Amino acid sequence: MTASKDQTIKTPTIGAAQLKLLKRLCQACAVSGDESEVRKIVLEQVRPHVDEVYTDALGNVLAVKHAQGEARLRVMLAAHMDEVGFMLIHDDQDGFYRFDIVGGIDPRQLPGKLVWIGREHIPGVIGVKPIHLTSDDELSRTIPLENLRIDTGGETTKVKAGDRATFATPFLRLGDCLRAKALDNRLGVATLIELLRLAPGNIELLAAFTVQEEVGLRGAQVAAYRLNPDLAFVLDCTPAYDLPAWDGSENAQYNTRLGGGPAIYLADSRTISDPRLVRFLVETAESAGIPYQIRQPGGGGTDAGAIHRQRAGVPSVSVSVPARYAHTAASIARLADWRQTLALVHAALQRLEPHILSQDR
Amino acid sequence: MVEILPLLKKLISISGLSGHETPIRELIEATWQPLVDELSVSRLGSLHALKRGCGEQPRRSLLVAAHMDAIGLMVTGIVDGFLRITQLGGLDPRVLPGQPVTIHGREDLPGLIVQPPAHLLPPSNQNGPVRLENLLVDTGLPPGEVSQRVRAGDLISFAQPPVEMPNELLVGNYLDNRASVVALTHALDELQSRQVAWDVWAVATTQEEVTLGGAMTSAFQLRPDLAIVIDVTWGSSPDSPSYRTFPIGKGPTLGYGPNIHPGLHQAFKELAERLEIPYKIEVMPRHSGTDAIGIQVTAEGIPTMVLGIPLRYMHTPVEMVSLKDIRRAGRLVAEFAASLSGQTMELLTWKD
Repeated sequence: MTASKDQTIKTPTIGAAQLKLLKRLCQACAVSGDESEVRKIVLEQVRPHVDEVYTDALGNVLAVKHAQGEARLRVMLAAHMDEVGFMLIHDDQDGFYRFDIVGGIDPRQLPGKLVWIGREHIPGVIGVKPIHLTSDDELSRTIPLENLRIDTGGETTKVKAGDRATFATPFLRLGDCLRAKALDNRLGVATLIELLRLAPGNIELLAAFTVQEEVGLRGAQVAAYRLNPDLAFVLDCTPAYDLPAWDGSENAQYNTRLGGGPAIYLADSRTISDPRLVRFLVETAESAGIPYQIRQPGGGGTDAGAIHRQRAGVPSVSVSVPARYAHTAASIARLADWRQTLALVHAALQRLEPHILSQDR
Repeated sequence: MVEILPLLKKLISISGLSGHETPIRELIEATWQPLVDELSVSRLGSLHALKRGCGEQPRRSLLVAAHMDAIGLMVTGIVDGFLRITQLGGLDPRVLPGQPVTIHGREDLPGLIVQPPAHLLPPSNQNGPVRLENLLVDTGLPPGEVSQRVRAGDLISFAQPPVEMPNELLVGNYLDNRASVVALTHALDELQSRQVAWDVWAVATTQEEVTLGGAMTSAFQLRPDLAIVIDVTWGSSPDSPSYRTFPIGKGPTLGYGPNIHPGLHQAFKELAERLEIPYKIEVMPRHSGTDAIGIQVTAEGIPTMVLGIPLRYMHTPVEMVSLKDIRRAGRLVAEFAASLSGQTMELLTWKD
């Protein structure tokens, strides 16, 4: 493969090529523990732009872009490749399979959905019996997972227990709106690929495309050990709960809002962001005129939860693209938020200097 | 020869909510045009297609009805750019969160049905299935743009693209009842090479899912001697009672019960046996849940038969049907039409 000529372009942009890549990434299936399909795309995309790239023992893709000059900061950038989904756990005969949920998915999101099974994306259906045969009492209750099946229409040769499945959702762009499955976290993956293409020379850039984030930050934990960074930025996708309340009252728990720009984390259930890095991101955004928002402190978590406690500690912060309806068949994000997230992290990396870590916290 | 699969995929990708069937009717009209002698549209929007018989006047006539309308949703209001919705026809709200839809606003617009997080729902609805009135449709567009393009009363259709499955199965929305429209089309196609004594009226009816208004009025206007209704019936699935459902791919069902004339039922049973077309008997103790309810009691009464095409997951966006069953239902109808003669009505004398 020849090195791409657009290595010379050093300003972050989200154009047709980046959208096409995001579409490919979102339509790939990479349920935690089986990230192969996304890993292949990542390897293909980053190889021409980095000095070293390899796949580690758990399946993380680790890529290094060396700094120019000496005594540079070792900066880890992490984005998880995996997504929530399903695993077939039992062959019920006639093409029906019992399944379990991998990661956090509300069982209320399951009935009436198409899924893609395995690496060949064999179609399956999570069906529900007709309304005509459903009692009012049943309607008032959530259908339990053990009553649902994935129906392959009689397919028994290409599908087996142990196969992973995801919601079968085609990528859609409508103006500034992006609608797809797995925007959490293919937006982060696509952003990190772009940052490797545009890597500034002032830092040692250590990229980790991690596995198994959705089931316990497992990839990030070992990636951070191996890369041994001075500090880390985690690129993820965070829920936006910016919907109206049922009674018209103010929605004070929105987490983030679409259109508000990149969401900077202060605290979640696993991490307290390093205040120096938060300050640094905010200053960068303000001086570069990039919109940003503070993610409302609260639950949830990112790979930073594992990274900041690795070895003797890694000062860490997360920056996320906001998206509505994470962990469902389809999420909605805004192109502008993605563009500004890329711009903010890119601008931040360019002005990173070692003294940031000698500042007061 | 009309190819069944591409036609069905096309038909389920076109909207035609109850009372608003024009887009689907135009497509059916274009499909039937080369297969029939006359086409017209009834006062309530049903499509009437006449395949003229070769028998002597006054010729008897057979009406074959398949409803073309479909269930869906309607916009009831807009809040901060999100749409509130209600239903048009019967559906299980538990299948709605996460479904892609098309909003038929000023122009068609993609949307997504969403379940708001618990803290934004009324305390009574924070656990368990979210009620329809608390679900929203998100277009992803800014509120200003939404209010320019959508208003209360706009229709919403499912937008699940069709998916081909193994064993000649198709998954998608609106297979109820476009599968039957295709079966009827297949029947018309089969009749092209046959001598048929009676007039055959192929009718794509409107408003079945809500009022049966299309079937009743078309039957009145056309006043057939006999009627056949093709509709989908409940396909078996692991979560449905086996005694009320029918396996898909194992043949159409022949309705039996008060909506159905027993003589017609018997004639179809014998026909299926003779042609070695697999079938199941569908016992309908009260009514058939189809256009037959309306047609049977039109004017002085019309002997009516119901053919069912088993369909899994009915009234969800992931209905599943067997193309084999569609073909078999179509062939049965064609063979029955071709068998009609001057003596046919004698079949229907009451053997008390």
